[in-house]
Amino acid sequence: MIQLRELHKSYLVQGNKIPALLGIDLSIKKGEIYGIIGHSGAGKSTLIRCMNLLERPTTGEVIIDGVDLTKLDDRRLQEQRRHVGMIFQHFNLLSSATVGDNIAFPLKLAKRPKAEIKQKVDELLKLVGLEDHRDKYPAQLSGGQKQRVGIARALANDPKVLLCDEATSALDPQTTNSILALLLDINRKLGLTIVLITHEMQVIRSICDRVGVIDGGVIVEEGDVLEVFLKPKHPTTQEFVEQVADSHELREAVAHEKASGNRTIARVTFLGEQTYKPILFQTMRETGTVFSILQGTISRMKDTPYGQLVVELEGNAEQNKQAIEKLRERGLEVEVI
Amino acid sequence: MEWLELKNVDWSEIGIGTVDTLSMLGFSTLFTILIGLPLGVILFLTSRGQLLANRGFYLVASFIVNVLRSVPFIILMILLIPVTKAIVGTSLGVLGSIPPLVIGAAPFFARLVETSLREVDRGVTEAAQSMGASNWQIVWNVLLPEARSGLIAGITITTVALVSYTAMSGVIGGGGLGDLAIRYGYQRFQTDVMIVTVVILLVLVQILQSLGDRLVLKYSRK
Ligand SMILES: Nc1ncnc2c1ncn2[C@@H]1O[C@H](COP(=O)(O)OP(=O)(O)OP(=O)(O)O)[C@@H](O)[C@H]1O
Ligand SMILES: [Mg+2]
Repeated sequence: MIQLRELHKSYLVQGNKIPALLGIDLSIKKGEIYGIIGHSGAGKSTLIRCMNLLERPTTGEVIIDGVDLTKLDDRRLQEQRRHVGMIFQHFNLLSSATVGDNIAFPLKLAKRPKAEIKQKVDELLKLVGLEDHRDKYPAQLSGGQKQRVGIARALANDPKVLLCDEATSALDPQTTNSILALLLDINRKLGLTIVLITHEMQVIRSICDRVGVIDGGVIVEEGDVLEVFLKPKHPTTQEFVEQVADSHELREAVAHEKASGNRTIARVTFLGEQTYKPILFQTMRETGTVFSILQGTISRMKDTPYGQLVVELEGNAEQNKQAIEKLRERGLEVEVI
Repeated sequence: MEWLELKNVDWSEIGIGTVDTLSMLGFSTLFTILIGLPLGVILFLTSRGQLLANRGFYLVASFIVNVLRSVPFIILMILLIPVTKAIVGTSLGVLGSIPPLVIGAAPFFARLVETSLREVDRGVTEAAQSMGASNWQIVWNVLLPEARSGLIAGITITTVALVSYTAMSGVIGGGGLGDLAIRYGYQRFQTDVMIVTVVILLVLVQILQSLGDRLVLKYSRK
């Protein structure tokens, strides 16, 4: 649905070229929720703004549903942009228009007939749960409600793609969750491709299918969220994963245990159905290995439950080796730390 | 306090003067908006970082506006006499005072327009762009409505400024209350006429200002 090829972007600031994107290649599939995570200044906003040419890349191609936007004239670009909705961190609603008129705005720009606009606005108000707020002005709404208006507005032209630039960063955790749930719902109901940008791993973990990690204007790691989350390779990725994994305390525990002798410490990862089964306990009993749990989490990534246990094996060397082999045979991911 | 008796005041002449002032004010405000609004929009759009950013054009337009604004109105009026004659056929009376009023006030109003458009949240313009709005649609459906209360405040300030300009135009025979004040009050020392005209102008300014303030309040959604 979206292909970025060799995308470079530099800003001209007082005659100096400031590079922001250094060759981005990205391919986003139809119907998926693709997350882009990175630190402040990594180039996230620049990247997503290149996807609808709010920012014109210095070189490279931006292909949306087969059309290279960089090759279009103004009029055709405006036409194509109707197929790409966008929501913003600060909502960017028309303060002089009511909720209803804000949602109707893109339809008005597209010169749709009045009756059609009214029907569509009714539909969208219902979709985002704001039926009772049609005649209010944005200043009278909460942040979460404003973002719902933003989402409804972005969906008005039935886009194929929805771009979200830090759409939940101005919201509290609870409101964030409700907005994310709404996005996931829309993704499923309408089959909409969603690209979202964030600096919070929590956001990626709760709704994204795939994730790209951007650092210094390049994508340093990319893949299925589950994969990247459980086995982060790049230091930046590892940092983000730590945001949600209490790894700090774990490291202390491991260091403490290791200091007190030659121990075997392993990280065992459960996925999906395995998460709720007593595989670890069974295996340890069969091999007669004594173990203690140093740390454990059970959580959920989008729809997949997963668990991660860090255990110290206290059997003899042979027992420990056997236990690890058995766990692997049963399909668990085991990493000896 | 002899002037308190108002014995020099010819009320019918005051009435005519008031009507003349109001019609000068009405027409000059109308044309000032018709010329100043687009001029302000163009200034804004061609300024740095905006939709039609064009450094050369902006600098030239900005310079012309500054020149017109820096010439004192009374001098502008005299300098413009030939231009006025060419446009409306006379440089006297209500008709003759309208062109200099407009040429004096439009650049001023244009700057106010430019400033209030600058207040519009850039993100809103970007949102409209992301929806495929053309530049024209952005001006018409985003910038002007979003800047509405600022524009109304600008119109109020300009109209009030025009009230004093109309009075000044009395100096070169522009007609209206200013003309009366100068002919009777100043040249013939009839203080009472002067005071009556000043009071009427004051009341006019008060009405305009409170009307403007009310509209600004009504349309502000922030
Ligand atoms: N309009 C601009 N003019 C000049 N430089 C810019 C502009 N926009 C962004 N940059 C620079 O480009 C780089 C990437 O910025 P970008 O806004 O894409 O970062 P970001 O990842 O979105 O950060 P944040 O999380 O803070 O929003 C930064 O170094 C920034 O200073
Ligand atoms: Mg950003």
